[in-house]
Amino acid sequence: MSGLLKSSIGRKVAMALSGLFLVVFLTQHFVINLLSVFSEETHNTVSHFMGTNPFVQFGLQPVLIFGVFFHFIMGIKLELQNRKSRPVAYASYKGSANASWMSRNMIYTGLVILAFLGLHFYDFFIPELIHKYAENHTAEVGDSTRYYAETIHKFEQPWRVGIYVISFVLLMLHLLHGFQSSFQSIGFNNKYSKALKGFTRAWAILIPLGFIFIAIYHHFNQIPH
Amino acid sequence: MKLTLKIWRQKNAQDKGKMVQYPIDGIDGDMSFLEMLDVLNNQLIEQGDEPVAFDHDCREGICGMCSLFINGEAHGPDRLVTTCQLHMRKFKDGDTIVIEPFRANAFPVVKDLVVDRSAFDRVQHAGGFISINTSGNTQDANAIPIEKVDADAAFDAATCIGCGACVATCKNSSAMLFVSAKVSQFALLPQGQVEATDRVLNMVNQMDEEGFGNCTNTGACEVECPKGISLENIARMNREFMSASLKG
Amino acid sequence: MALDSKIPQGPLADQWTNHKNKINLVNPANKRLIDVIVVGTGLAGGSAAATLAELGYNVKAFCFQDSPRRAHSIAAQGGINAAKNYQGDGDSTYRLFYDTVKGGDYRSRESNVYRLAEVSTNIIDQCVAQGVPFARDYGGLLDNRSFGGVLVSRTFYAKGQTGQQLLLGAYSAMNRQIGRGKIKMYNRHEMLDVVIVDGKARGIITRNLITGEIERHSAHAVVLGTGGYGNVFYLSTNAMGSNVTAAWKAHKRGAYFANPCYTQIHPTCIPVSGDHQSKLTLMSESLRNDGRIWVPKKKEDAIAIREGRLKPTDLSEEDRDYYLERRYPAFGNLVPRDVASRAAKERCDAGFGVNKTGEAVYLDFASAIERYGKEQAYIHHEDANNPAVVKRLGQEVVKNKYGNLFQMYEKIVDQNPYETPMMIYPAVHYTMGGIWVDYNLQTTVPGLYAIGEANFSDHGANRLGASALMQGLADGYFVLPYTIGDYLSDDIRTGPISTDSPEFEEAEKNVKSQIETLINNNGSKPVDHFHKRLGKIMWNKCGMSRNATDLQSAIDEISALRTEFYAEVRVPGTASEFNEELAKAMRVADFLELGELFAKDALTRNESCGGHFREESVELDGPQKGEAKRDDKNFTFVSAWEYKGEPKDAVLHKEALTYENIELKQRSYK
Repeated sequence: MSGLLKSSIGRKVAMALSGLFLVVFLTQHFVINLLSVFSEETHNTVSHFMGTNPFVQFGLQPVLIFGVFFHFIMGIKLELQNRKSRPVAYASYKGSANASWMSRNMIYTGLVILAFLGLHFYDFFIPELIHKYAENHTAEVGDSTRYYAETIHKFEQPWRVGIYVISFVLLMLHLLHGFQSSFQSIGFNNKYSKALKGFTRAWAILIPLGFIFIAIYHHFNQIPH
Repeated sequence: MKLTLKIWRQKNAQDKGKMVQYPIDGIDGDMSFLEMLDVLNNQLIEQGDEPVAFDHDCREGICGMCSLFINGEAHGPDRLVTTCQLHMRKFKDGDTIVIEPFRANAFPVVKDLVVDRSAFDRVQHAGGFISINTSGNTQDANAIPIEKVDADAAFDAATCIGCGACVATCKNSSAMLFVSAKVSQFALLPQGQVEATDRVLNMVNQMDEEGFGNCTNTGACEVECPKGISLENIARMNREFMSASLKG
Repeated sequence: MALDSKIPQGPLADQWTNHKNKINLVNPANKRLIDVIVVGTGLAGGSAAATLAELGYNVKAFCFQDSPRRAHSIAAQGGINAAKNYQGDGDSTYRLFYDTVKGGDYRSRESNVYRLAEVSTNIIDQCVAQGVPFARDYGGLLDNRSFGGVLVSRTFYAKGQTGQQLLLGAYSAMNRQIGRGKIKMYNRHEMLDVVIVDGKARGIITRNLITGEIERHSAHAVVLGTGGYGNVFYLSTNAMGSNVTAAWKAHKRGAYFANPCYTQIHPTCIPVSGDHQSKLTLMSESLRNDGRIWVPKKKEDAIAIREGRLKPTDLSEEDRDYYLERRYPAFGNLVPRDVASRAAKERCDAGFGVNKTGEAVYLDFASAIERYGKEQAYIHHEDANNPAVVKRLGQEVVKNKYGNLFQMYEKIVDQNPYETPMMIYPAVHYTMGGIWVDYNLQTTVPGLYAIGEANFSDHGANRLGASALMQGLADGYFVLPYTIGDYLSDDIRTGPISTDSPEFEEAEKNVKSQIETLINNNGSKPVDHFHKRLGKIMWNKCGMSRNATDLQSAIDEISALRTEFYAEVRVPGTASEFNEELAKAMRVADFLELGELFAKDALTRNESCGGHFREESVELDGPQKGEAKRDDKNFTFVSAWEYKGEPKDAVLHKEALTYENIELKQRSYK
């Protein structure tokens, strides 16, 4: 067991598991966001629960942050190692002949997503931290109805929506390869693989489209200040 | 057919190497790609130049000796063939063909288009066998019935010719398809079970030490493999490796 | 020196067991003190190296390829014979023995062949234990097919890649020993001489094909598993690198060369497409089970086909000449390899050949497709009178049986064999001749052994299908490792063999001077030029059908070509680098000598036997008129040639063959 993360397969499995974990996170994030389209109240209630529940805050959130960082750091580390494994490049290399664009460009789609996460932290997570800790609003006294308004106000400026849309398109490309690839990495390849591939493909397209829909929906349905 | 060849020339392992252009004429569509190179080489020798070194032996697609990265693809544009089975009818008059050696850190260039693939041998030394002595008194071959599906799957994995196209074509120079084919062959057979744990750990460890890259499941290896070795083998090896690691 | 085959005394069936019980053994502690060199890593060399290392000897193994796994045994398609009698069809050791001797046209040594049949069953057990994935039936047991017209199903197979799977088995056994340090593996090394010290083989000289370095390697015994010499014909189904050099150097150092003229020419190969051709591709002879062989009946049709004005499918039945069915009504398309090959040559020489070269005949599956299609139509209750349905169903059956061969054919020839008949032509495939060995597989040089295709011992004048793999593995796994112990038991106190002796010095100098001659030869023609010309002489004058005039002129022509080679060959580059042309030149130089001995041997053997057909030795009348006639009275012997300078000066030694367990009969396929 020891040294597992030193082996190429161990790392690959770790990438897959952290990726699958992020997929689960993304799903719940999407569900909560989607609530904002249907019901301001439910969205606020669920958001407040997520932001104040100690298990979520001090149990799941650190795991999530670790998962995100692990996935990125390991991804970059593996990419650097992979580049080293072919020191002299081909003069002619026809990658498109045998592999999808998505599978060949995970590092680029990943880095864009990383940049987007920076923006996302700046937009939501850091204000949250400031709100909760620096301004000393404790969870109990915090305004449990502020989430909805804050969310939709972020979609007011077209450039921000634009970045949001582009990032989610890239996330879609990342997931189109990454989601199904995770199952191959953990050794899942059997008679159900084809069906699973269909499911992961559908999920990888629908969830980012859903996020984009939410952003655009709120952009055109701003509440007056 | 008249063609322009751009070929990687490198005197030896230390030389830096460069692409050199050669015009060639009178190429027949029925020639194999290697026969086209034979024609070029005999021309070069008659002109007093050095012929292009390339690996080849059986010229019927089974020994795995021939290699070549042709126009950006391992064993060229055709599918399920090695370079020796690639015929010039796949090209058109006036084409430019770029010919490079298989490139990977673990496959250093020996000369021109010849590379050293002994890393594959070392991976096999680490565990690509069943420890059985030659005695003439092993149990009767029919003593262990093996389900036909398993026997066939083991055979399919065992048809790997060890050419290295998987490594050459993988954007990460990963050797997972090669190693997994061997691991799978034994993992699918009852004879292979006794040493299964050590085998997969040792072979993967050796693979990593040789400096191959990591698998990112692009699937390019499966497409370019002249024998159509399936990605399922990689999934199987991942499983075998994880369960062996947890045991060990 | 009189030849002593060292055949053990006693009844045939007990000889091997008795022999094993009586020979000397080396105790395990002493085996550690003994080094053995194995040259070649095919089925014979690979299995021998692995087994010797398991026994405890220090093995040094050599191959010219970049990995032992690439030896040309890998290309064998069909299968491996073993007298397991799993099908319960009456097979036995005796029957396999009998079929092999008969198939070899009574020119092999009874005792060796019986031993081969005896150990054949062990091979299958050993390979299965190693994880070789042989074909199995739905009950999970090993499947067999029938092969080469024998009356039982005794051939084990792994689809069309049996040689590959068996070689990978031997390679895996080697890997285990390499990993343990018991085999030191030298890849990309070519053996260029044997070193004889005090009359015993004590080492070899090799060239490192990457650096060009000339190296000395010593051992207590040297084993050659270096394969056959079919490439003397330039075009053959052998790999490009397959060569006679190791065997020839051994011959020059005193090992007799036996029956060099016994060559197997395989009838079902893909025809030559032009002058650029570098090698020929074999297709399993199982194709003849369903394909019908024909050429056009009229010469003008043949010419029209060659010129592309006529398609074979346009020719009506009455315009086709199914010449094998016509000449051999009893066996038809299933006559033995040599008969089928000669008949194809006869038709093409008479001007009826197809393909643009005129050297090809048709192998037609149309009637098999129709026959199988009708059968399937009845089984599946479809319309058996609808040609489209019948064709579709029939093609499916043919695809299941021969799909991979059809695909290979289409890749090479660019024609769809389901729609138009295949074109085939005979090609050199296997050489039954080789270094003379005694019952212990030792050559006439003490301590020098030859195994597998490199020796001459088991196939006589013709080899049965699926027997080459059997012999290679029998020699390597089960025979040599025992018999070599008898010799090595004298060497337990010898200690390491020094490479500083004058004998090593002389051998190295000899190799270096040959290399220097070639590399400094400022000729103008590439090596291939000479190899192709040698091949043409061999094919035209020592090929499927031979006569005294042609053979005599072949000897002269080859001798002259050799002189021309040394005057005009151009070997670019230097000796101290990776130099494929130099390696090729060294090999072709030896082929140019062997070819001459080959022709001389064929000239000497004025009888037709097995793969060797002499136009002077045919049945003159009766139903067998024109067919091969063996001359048992004058030629029941092995020709073993001793080197005396020029190949044509070689001295013939005869090993008389005695048949106590088999009655000699003339073959008949009418």
